[in-house]
This record gives sequence, C-alpha cells and structure tokens, in this order.
Amino acid sequence: MTSEATKTTGTAAANAKAQPKKMYGRTKARVQKGLVYAAAVITFAVLLFLIAYILINGIPHLKPSLFEWTYNSDNVSMMPAIITTVEMTLLALVIAVPLGLFTAIYLNEYAKRGNKLVNVIRITTETLSGIPSIVYGLFGMLFFVTQLHWGYSLLAGGMTLAIMILPLIMRTAEEALMAVPDTFREGSFGLGAGRLRTVFRIVLPSAMPGILSGIILAIGRIVGETAALIFTAGTMAQIPGLLQSGRTLAIHMYVLSGEGLHMNEAYATAVVLLAVVLLMNALSALVAKKLTKK
Amino acid sequence: MNETKISIKDMNLYYGDFHALHDIDLDIKANEITAFIGPSGCGKSTLLRSLNRMNDLVEGCKITGDIRLDGEDIYRDCDVNLLRKRVGMVFQKPNPFPMSIYDNIAYGPRTHGIKSRVKLDEIVETSLRHAAIWDETKDCLKKSALSMSGGQQQRICIARALAADPDVLLMDEPTSALDPISTAKIEDLVLELKKDYTIVMVTHNMQQATRVSDTTAFFLLGDMIEVGDTESLFSMPKDKRTEDYITGRFG
Repeated sequence: MTSEATKTTGTAAANAKAQPKKMYGRTKARVQKGLVYAAAVITFAVLLFLIAYILINGIPHLKPSLFEWTYNSDNVSMMPAIITTVEMTLLALVIAVPLGLFTAIYLNEYAKRGNKLVNVIRITTETLSGIPSIVYGLFGMLFFVTQLHWGYSLLAGGMTLAIMILPLIMRTAEEALMAVPDTFREGSFGLGAGRLRTVFRIVLPSAMPGILSGIILAIGRIVGETAALIFTAGTMAQIPGLLQSGRTLAIHMYVLSGEGLHMNEAYATAVVLLAVVLLMNALSALVAKKLTKK
Repeated sequence: MNETKISIKDMNLYYGDFHALHDIDLDIKANEITAFIGPSGCGKSTLLRSLNRMNDLVEGCKITGDIRLDGEDIYRDCDVNLLRKRVGMVFQKPNPFPMSIYDNIAYGPRTHGIKSRVKLDEIVETSLRHAAIWDETKDCLKKSALSMSGGQQQRICIARALAADPDVLLMDEPTSALDPISTAKIEDLVLELKKDYTIVMVTHNMQQATRVSDTTAFFLLGDMIEVGDTESLFSMPKDKRTEDYITGRFG
C-alpha cells in the first residue's frame, strides 16, 4: 500500500519535473511539423500555379486548325512538331537504350571489381552527365551535321540526343541492377544456370522497374530539349524523314515565342507538350506495372 | 556402410592472402546426412560452397587439392553448370525468384533444356510433393512465390533444387531464418530426402546436427578438427576442442 503510494507520487513528481521540457519539445515538434507542411504546400502550389497558368493561357487557343497536317506562316500548325517529337524520341531511345543497358549489364554483371576499364567508363559517364546540353548540340553540329554531311536532320538530332541521354540511362540501369539482391543470382547459379541466363531471366526482370524509370527520365529530357537540337535537327516545320530537318514541340515553342508573332499558339503548344509528358509517364507506369506483375 | 559420394583430399582454400581452409580430408557418404558444425568464420560454409563451386564467383578465391564427386575431379573434369545441376544448393535465407511458384520450380529443368509442358508439369508436381509442400501450393501455382511464408518459401527453394534432379543437396544453414515449427518441418523433410539424395548441411545448431545427421564434422578456424558418426562425436569427442565446443564452453 505504502509503496504504491510512493510510486504514484514519484511518477507525479517526475511528470512535474518533465513538464517544461515537454512543453519545449512540443513547440519544437510543432514548428518542425509546420515547416514540413509549408514546404510541401509551397512545392505543390508552385507546380499547380505553373500548370494552371499554362492551361489558362493555352487552352482557349487550342483550335482544330492547330492540328492540321501542314504548317504555314498563316496557320502555325503543331502537328508536324508532334510527330517529329515522337520520331525523335523513338530514334534517340532506340540508339541509347540498348547501348546504355548493355554497358550497365557489363559493368555490373560481367566486369571484375576494380577493373581499370570499369573505372574509366564510370568517370566518363559522370562527366558526360554534367555537361550542359548546348555542348552536345555544338558537338552534334560539328560532327554529325558538318563532318558526316548529314545536314540538319532527324538523324543528327537523334544521335546527339542519344549521346546526351546515354549516361542517364546507363546510371539508372546500373543502379537498378545493383539493387537486385545477390541471393537471386546465387540461386540461379546454384541451379546450374549460366551467367547469360541468370542475367536475362532473373536479374533483368527484377531490375525492369528501375530501368524503365530511367527511360522515363530520358524521355522527359528528350521532349524538353531545345539547345542540343537547334543546331543538329534544325527548325523546319515539317514531318521529317531520317535525313530531313524537323522541329520538336519544344523547338516549335522556342521558335514561336522567339518570333513573338504567335504567343497564343506557343501557349497552346505548351499545353500539348504538358499532355504528351503526362501521357508518356502514365504509359510507362502502366508498362512497369504490367512487367512487375509477371 | 554406404559408398563414398564426395571425397575431399588435401584441400586448401585461399581468399587472396587469407588461408581459409587448411588441408581438409573428408569423405562424404552417399545417402547420408553429413553435418558441418563449428563457430562462425570457421570455414564450414566455405567448404560447403566449394562442393558446387559457388566460390568461383568470389574474386581472389583459390583452391588447391582434390574434390571428387563419384570419382570425377569437379574442378578439372566437370562443366561447372552441369556440376551445379548434380549438386543442388539450398541457401541460408529463402531466396525464391520473384516469379510464380511454378516458374520457380521449372527454372532448373528449363535451364537444362526441358521444354515439354507435360514433362514440366510432372517435374513441378513431383518436386513439390518431394519437398512436402504440394498440398499447400497445388491450388496457387500461378501465385508469386514471394507471397508465401518464410518456411514455405524455404521448402519451395528445396523443391526448386530437387527439380533440377541432383544427386547431392547442399544446405547452408537452411533453418536459421525460420521459426521452430518450420524448422521441424524442414528437418523431417531432410530425413525423408536422405533416401534419394546425399545431403551435406551446415548448421549452427548442435541439437539440429544430433537430430538429423549421420556424420558430423567439426571445424575450427579453417581446420577440420574431428569427424565421426554423429552419436559418438557428441557423446565421446576425441579432441579436447570438440568437447569444449559441444559442451558450450565457447562458440
């Protein structure tokens, strides 16, 4: 009985003692919580404002005539630009994804640790990913356009973009491969599977979501790129063949706002660009989901 | 007395400069369970992984001496992938692949060129039955193996190893990540499997070694101190160090 009494008074005393500290702790927690919420709200608000601004300025000017097949100075149709964007994206990905992916597989699955070549490749990619895109544009112009006589063309633009996104694809793929637990590889080797089978049947499927998210990032960079394309793919508003000049949506916007004659149409283009990016993200999320389900 | 399945002679293993196993001589008998015991870092897992050449994957690992499976030198006469088909392995942590139970089991046979659906169905069923997990999985073969419990996953991994049709089964502390009930199930299963397979098991658990194994080898700091049939090794160890270890004086 008495011991219980002392116990309760004991805890009460301890409570009283802890009170000021607790109060201080509570205010601190509140401030922290407030800051976290504020950061979240600000981020969201900026994004929302940006999207709303583009939509409000762009949607009223989205006319069917903007989607006609040909562009002329009277009707600055963006249809050729949309198709060029798709062509350009596919071309750059077709070149860069296999290269980047297989390099990542080599680095992570085949090369011995501490291999000199591996270090050289890693340093090269790190360096490449830090270079501003205009430098790629300049290189593309000097090498593909002039040296190889491709002229301003889809091919020159696509190659330039492929080089530009290569480090990104490689590094995300490598990280995705590294995240695959070694126990999967051991399990596969332990059943008598060779390295090739292990990589293609076990490691790659597990790494696929990570690899895809790298590709999505790359698509984002391609669709939004202007500097690397102006001097390589040119600015012709047409649906280009491989060796013809064409302008992507981003370049189309850049040219329209540069000329200053069709600002409304530039905003309309921005709306479409936004929609294209959203669509591609949704599509790749869907693909990733399908793949991981299996 | 059963015939010798695996014979290890004058085997030394180095990781770079580190001499991990010294002069190991050991015969492993067919259709028996051989247990490797010893404190952490004594080289028992390393030796186990030499038996199907998993150490090949470790850089700087060098092995001298002789390991023979049915008289064939596994480091010189054998294709490594075929060796691993004959010497299956079950790992410490259950590691089913992130695919359906069916595809997990069929992975081994598919790797070795079996394509016929009928044949695969048959192999999957017998392997799962053999690993005592058919009743729990027969209605959900299409489900991801990762959705099963830890103990079930480990039995799926055993079934996966059996599906490749091995002669020898290596088990690297197969129950250390499992609860007592799953452990008991796996131990029963191992005793059952001994009829058809030669089993080598690394274990941290001395009770487990006494419960399941026929022969026990005790390792310490890269040396094999003592080997003998399990009963006599645990009841009257010849070496002082073995006695100290099994009576719990260290380790």
